[in-house]
Amino acid sequence: MDFLNALILLLNYIFVPALAYGSQLAIGAIFVTLIYGILRFANFATGDMMSFGTMVAILFTWYFQSIGLSLGFLPTALLAIPFAILFMGLYMLIIDKFVFKYYRLNKSPPVQLAMVSIGVMFVTQAVVRIIIGPSDRRFFDGEKFLIRASEFKEMTGLNEGLAIKSTQVITIVVTIILVSTLFWFLNKTKTGKSMRAYSDNEDLALLSGIDPKKIVIITWMIAAILATIGGVLYGLDKSFKPFTYFNNMLPIFAAAIVGGIGNPFGAFLGGYVIAFSEILLTYAYKKFFMYVLPESMEPDGLIQLLSTDYKFAVSFSILVIVLLYRPSGIFKGKIL
Amino acid sequence: MRKNLNVIAAYSIMMGLIILVGIFQSWNIALSIFNLCLISAVMTMGANIQWGYAGLINFGIMGFTALGGLAAVLISVNPVQEAWSAGGTNILLSLFFIIGIVLAIRFVLKRYQKSKIRNYVIAAIIISGIIIVRFVSEPGIEAIEEVNPAKTGFLGGLGLPIIFSWIAGAFFAGGLAFVIGKVALGLRADYLAIATLLISEIVIAIIKHEDWLTRGVKNVIGLKRPAPYEVNLQETEWFINLVEKFNSGKLALISDLSERQEALNQFVIEGSSVFVKLCYSGLFLIVVIILLILTQKALYSPWGRMMRAIRDNEEAANAMGKNVVKQHLLIFVLGSAIVGIAGAMLVTQDGLFTPGSYRPLRYTFLIWVMVIVGGSGNNFGAILGGFVVWFLWIEAAPIGLYLVNLTTAGLEDTHFLKVHLIESVPYFRFLMMGIGLLLIMRYRPKGILPEKIEIK
Repeated sequence: MDFLNALILLLNYIFVPALAYGSQLAIGAIFVTLIYGILRFANFATGDMMSFGTMVAILFTWYFQSIGLSLGFLPTALLAIPFAILFMGLYMLIIDKFVFKYYRLNKSPPVQLAMVSIGVMFVTQAVVRIIIGPSDRRFFDGEKFLIRASEFKEMTGLNEGLAIKSTQVITIVVTIILVSTLFWFLNKTKTGKSMRAYSDNEDLALLSGIDPKKIVIITWMIAAILATIGGVLYGLDKSFKPFTYFNNMLPIFAAAIVGGIGNPFGAFLGGYVIAFSEILLTYAYKKFFMYVLPESMEPDGLIQLLSTDYKFAVSFSILVIVLLYRPSGIFKGKIL
Repeated sequence: MRKNLNVIAAYSIMMGLIILVGIFQSWNIALSIFNLCLISAVMTMGANIQWGYAGLINFGIMGFTALGGLAAVLISVNPVQEAWSAGGTNILLSLFFIIGIVLAIRFVLKRYQKSKIRNYVIAAIIISGIIIVRFVSEPGIEAIEEVNPAKTGFLGGLGLPIIFSWIAGAFFAGGLAFVIGKVALGLRADYLAIATLLISEIVIAIIKHEDWLTRGVKNVIGLKRPAPYEVNLQETEWFINLVEKFNSGKLALISDLSERQEALNQFVIEGSSVFVKLCYSGLFLIVVIILLILTQKALYSPWGRMMRAIRDNEEAANAMGKNVVKQHLLIFVLGSAIVGIAGAMLVTQDGLFTPGSYRPLRYTFLIWVMVIVGGSGNNFGAILGGFVVWFLWIEAAPIGLYLVNLTTAGLEDTHFLKVHLIESVPYFRFLMMGIGLLLIMRYRPKGILPEKIEIK
C-alpha cells in the first residue's frame, strides 16, 4: 500500500506536471528548430511570437464568450485556436515580407538574421503589450479537473490523491495529435520531403526544382500553428503574461539545442528532457521516502537536490553540459 | 578635422537634445539621463570590443552587469560581524572544498587521457563534491540568514569605499568571462549567443537566491556614495552661497525677505540634487574617457589589427600563426570586465542593489541595440549608440504620448481607444527600439557612425 502511495505521489507531483510542461516546451522547441533548420537563424522572437498567437486566441475567446458560444466542458479557447492561427500566420508572413526576406535573398550570415529577430522581438512585444496589456490573464473556462484528488482518494482508498487537470490532458492529447501529424507531413508528403531537402542542402534542392518561396511560406504557416497552439496550451495550463512568455524562450531554446537543433524529433524529446530534469531535481522527496523507507530511517530534511528557485538554472546547466560534450545535441542535429 | 565632422555633428546633436530636456523638463531629469547614458556607453564599449573588434556575440551582458553590482555590495557594505561568527567558518570551509573540487578536476584532466572512465570520474567528483559542500554550508547559511533578517541576514562586505568596487567588478566579471570563455567560445556564433544568454540567467538565479551572499530579492539598500549627500549639502555654508550666487538674478526680483528666503531654500534643494548628479557625471565621464583612450589605442595597435584579421578571416589569421582561441578568450574577458565596471557604476549611482531588476531585455538586448545602432567596431559609434538609445528609451513615453494625442485628436477624451492607447504609452519604447533596430539594420547596417579603419 505504501509503495502504491509513493507511486501516486510521484505521478501526481512529478510525472503528470512534467509531461504537460514538457509537451508545451516540445511544441516551442519544434518551432525553434524548424525556423533554424529551414530559414537558418536562431529566432529570438520565439517567445513573443507565441504570446502574440495566444493574445489573438484570448481576444477570440472573449468574443465567443460574449456571444455565448462555448464548448461545454472544454475550454472555449480551443475554438479560438484556428482563428488565432490565421492571424498569427498573417503576422508572420507580413514580418517575413518586410523584414526577413531581404536578408534571406542577400544571403546574410545567420548572426545578422538573429539580430534582426531581436528587432522583431521588440516590435512584437510592444504590439502585444499595447493591445492586451502586460498583466496576468487567465482565460480558462470549462471543467477544471478530470479527476480531483479527493475523488481519487475515495475511489481507491489510498492516502495520496491524484489530481489530473483537464488542461494537462488537453495539452498532452493535442501535442500527440499535432506532433504526429507534423512528422507524418515532414516524412511522408511531397511538400514535407521537399522542406527537409531544402533544409539539408539548399542548392541541391533548388536544382531539383523545389520552389524556395513555397517552402518559406509553408514553414511560416507551420510555425504559426506551432506557436499559437504551444502558447495557448501553456496559457490554459498556467496563465497568460507577456513577460513569462518572453522568459519561456530560454528553456525552449535549451530544449531545441539539447535535442539537436534542426532536428524536429530531437526537439520534441528535448522538451521532455528539460521538463523532467527541472522537476525531478527540484522536487522535495521527503514524503516519498516516508512512504518507501521504514519509519526508523525517515529523513529529516526535505531531501531536495536543488531549491525550486533554481528551476530555470537546471535546464540551462543541462544545456551547458550538452554543449560541452555533444555540441550537436543528443540526437545529431546540425553541427554548429 | 573634416574627417571627423560627422562624429562631431552627431555628438553635438546628442548633447543639444539633452540640454533641451534640461531646459524644457528639468535639469535633474537631463542629468539623470546623461548619467545613465554614460553608464550605457561603458556597457556598449564592452560589448563593442567583443562584437566589433572580434566578432564574438555575448548575450550574457546582464550577467556581467549583475556581477559588477554584486562587487559594489561586497566591497562597500560593512561586514556583519555576527553573521561571520555565526556561519563564517562553514562558508569558508565550503569555499575550500569548492577550490579542492576544481583542483581535483584539473588534476584528473591533466593527468589522464581522454576516455569514458575519466568522464565518469569527473562526474563522480562533482556530484560527491556538491553533496559535501551542501552538507557543510547548509547550517552556516541558515545561521547567517537568521542574523537579523530584516536588516542584514547576509555576510556583508569589506566596508571599503565604493569606488574600489569598480575595479573589483571588472575582476569579477572578467573571472566569470574566463570560465564561460573556456567552456563556450569554441561554439559557432549563434550558439554562443544562446549559451551566454542562458549562462547569464544562471548567474542571476544564483544572485537572486543565495541570500547569505547578496540578500537576494530582499535587496541591499543604502550603499555608500562617492558623492556628498543632498541633506548634508543643504546645510553647508559654501554650497548655499554658491546657489545664491547662481540664482542672484532671480532672487533679486523678490522683494519680500521671507519669501526670498523660501525661494532660496527651494533653489538649494533643487541645486543639491543637481550637484550630486554632477559629481556622478564627473566620475563617470572620467571612466568613459579613460576607457575610450585605452580602447582607441588598442584598436589602432598591432593587437587591434590582429583582432580585426581574426574577425574577418579566422582561418587565414590562424594560418599566419595567430592563436585564435587565446585571443578570443582574452577579448571576451576584457570586454566582459568593462561591462562589469558599468554594472558597479550603475549600483553606485542608484545606491541600491536589486537582483530582481536584472532582466535580459533591459540589460542584454537593449545594450545590443545600442551597439548595432551606434556602429559596431567604432568606439565613438558605440558610445553614441548608448546615448541615443538610452535617450529614446527614456523619452519614448513623452514622445509616444504626444503622438497618441496627435493621432487621436479627433476623438473624445473618454473614447475607449484613446484611453487604452494613453494607458499603453510606456510600451511605445519597445516599439521604437524594435523599429529603430530594424531600420538601422536594413538601411545602415554598419550603424550611425560606421567603422572606419585608417592605417597610420
